[in-house]
Amino acid sequence: MSILVNKDTKVICQGFTGSQGTLHSEQSLAYGTQLVGGVTPGKGGSEHLGLPVFNTVADAVAATGATASVIYVPAGFCKDSILEALNAGIELIVCISEGIPTLDMLSVKARLDVSGARMVGPNCPGVITPGACKIGIMPGDIHLPGKVGIVSRSGTLTYEAVKQTTDRGFGQSSCVGIGGDPIPGSHFIDILGLFQEDPETEAIVMVGEIGGTAEEEAAAFIKANVTKPVVAYIAGVTAPPGKRMGHAGAIIAGGKGTADEKFAALEDAGVRTVRSLAEIGDALADITGWD
Amino acid sequence: MNLHEYQAKGLFAEYGLPVSQGYAVDTADEAVAAAEKIGGDRWVVKVQVHAGGRGKAGGVKLVDSLDEVRAFAETWVGKNLVTFQTDENGQPVSKIYVESCTDIDRELYLGAVVDRGSRRVVFMASTEGGVEIEKVAEETPDKILRAVIDPFVGAQPYQGRDLAFRLGLSGPQIRQFADLFMGLSKLFHELDCSLLEVNPLVITDAGNIHCLDAKVNIDSNALYRQPRLAEMNDPSQEDEREAQAAEFSLNYVALDGSIGCMVNGAGLAMGTMDLVKLHGGNPANFLDVGGGATKEAVAEAFKIILSDEAVKAVLINIFGGIVSCAIIAEGIIGAVEEVGVEVPVVVRFEGNSSAQGRATLAESGLNIIPGESLVDAVEKAVAAAGGQA
Repeated sequence: MSILVNKDTKVICQGFTGSQGTLHSEQSLAYGTQLVGGVTPGKGGSEHLGLPVFNTVADAVAATGATASVIYVPAGFCKDSILEALNAGIELIVCISEGIPTLDMLSVKARLDVSGARMVGPNCPGVITPGACKIGIMPGDIHLPGKVGIVSRSGTLTYEAVKQTTDRGFGQSSCVGIGGDPIPGSHFIDILGLFQEDPETEAIVMVGEIGGTAEEEAAAFIKANVTKPVVAYIAGVTAPPGKRMGHAGAIIAGGKGTADEKFAALEDAGVRTVRSLAEIGDALADITGWD
Repeated sequence: MNLHEYQAKGLFAEYGLPVSQGYAVDTADEAVAAAEKIGGDRWVVKVQVHAGGRGKAGGVKLVDSLDEVRAFAETWVGKNLVTFQTDENGQPVSKIYVESCTDIDRELYLGAVVDRGSRRVVFMASTEGGVEIEKVAEETPDKILRAVIDPFVGAQPYQGRDLAFRLGLSGPQIRQFADLFMGLSKLFHELDCSLLEVNPLVITDAGNIHCLDAKVNIDSNALYRQPRLAEMNDPSQEDEREAQAAEFSLNYVALDGSIGCMVNGAGLAMGTMDLVKLHGGNPANFLDVGGGATKEAVAEAFKIILSDEAVKAVLINIFGGIVSCAIIAEGIIGAVEEVGVEVPVVVRFEGNSSAQGRATLAESGLNIIPGESLVDAVEKAVAAAGGQA
């Protein structure tokens, strides 16, 4: 078991023949992901990386039986691509692209919420179940199949958490980058719920950052629903208010969304928090008793 | 991206929303000419800066003569306005907005934001106009009225009428307010706003609804499809180094410490700043060189970091995902040679080709301090910058 994806998950790629789509599809294939084709309008019928190219997502789904799609198209086309995937019955949409207009994501999210499909991202590294399926841009070789579920708003911070759990031999059940945008397709609580239900996940690492209230909502959710040990780190204690810190969603606005508030909410929910991102592995070992 | 008041009011006027007649000018002569064109014997003159609190700082004035108009413009053009929202240097004033004077009976508040929690565009209205709305929300949350916009069907007039009745408006004001609400929602969605505020929204002596101030922020991600708005950007209102960084697609935010930071990834960049602080140092900046950091980007990042004279050491923290540390190493060597870095540089490489990257740096003969781990690198950078702050 794992969450969202496993060795049998059939994946297609939207923006398959572009430079990003090509680079990361090659790496996903090398990792063993069941990438079964791609979509580039107008190039249907051709082959790319030894796989079939389709004009539409509906064609790709009909021919391959894919249930997941990864999107690498430029930000201005993402709304269209996501809605196309939704309409074609894709169950898991992973959108890597950064820079989607907020109002585009607002209407996409409203449609997602009534569809039953799940989306991860945008502006994220993607989803990986180590040793089984890699959808996204994360480096495969730092991962190790194992028992820690990792969910994060940041790409490279996820890698830090992955490395610490790999170095200690704990490994990861699945890792999900929910992305750094103000309106993500999935929130912490969506992924935390999946990790709680997944028998292979024995402990959870949550990596948050300043801006919004997703961490506070996660804290309330954990208090009510999560019985597995959780370690949390929040980036941005030193971030000044009113400044967008790289990610569109990482901004302390009107005095709200500070790291201190988020740490306090998580501690109140019984979560083990670390102030140093280098101590995630130590804290996990401490609360689980693992060697 | 922030707009100036005069730009926001220009957009309001295009949408048929009630704003005063006014002109943005660059000189005292033009200010006087604008006042004459408007006519009458009372005007409001306002400095145009990207900051709230202009009134209290002397940047907004009610004037009764053309001499006063001239004096105000002569006082402010070319100066900086310091308000509670700016730093101690303030924001440079290059334009003055000259406006006809409005008689005020009541002051209200009307604004709209993308609310992250509900994932909807939400309008907020309050009878407490003219003051800081955050304060009202904090102290008397029941005085904030809300209308949530349905993403499938958009704003509806009944929502505007509902707000109007709850604000205690009556007669023709109900229709005026509902029209304003619908117009603002149209503007918000068509122009990709992230925030919109009319504070104060006033009822004039004659009983009409009127937008006395206007604040509009545009979603930076949407500027590619709003070219006209992109051209309204005023880089003079931004930190010089931040504007320079943006030209090279680097995310830079100036802070007041002594350790310059160069990191790949926004989250890790924040996490690195926090570690510096935790280990007794003070970060001089946030800088995300991005996932596809090139040699040119690294060189530019060095230049920007080192243009801050407070920087006593530079900490480079790279977790190579797709980007190879070996390539970053070459970028660092090239940049150090090109820019002539005179402060200690500590480098931590992890992930993709990190061993190769470390070897390349070691063989370069340059004075670059290797960090054995994340914490080791941070401690070395803090020590190199002169120890604990």
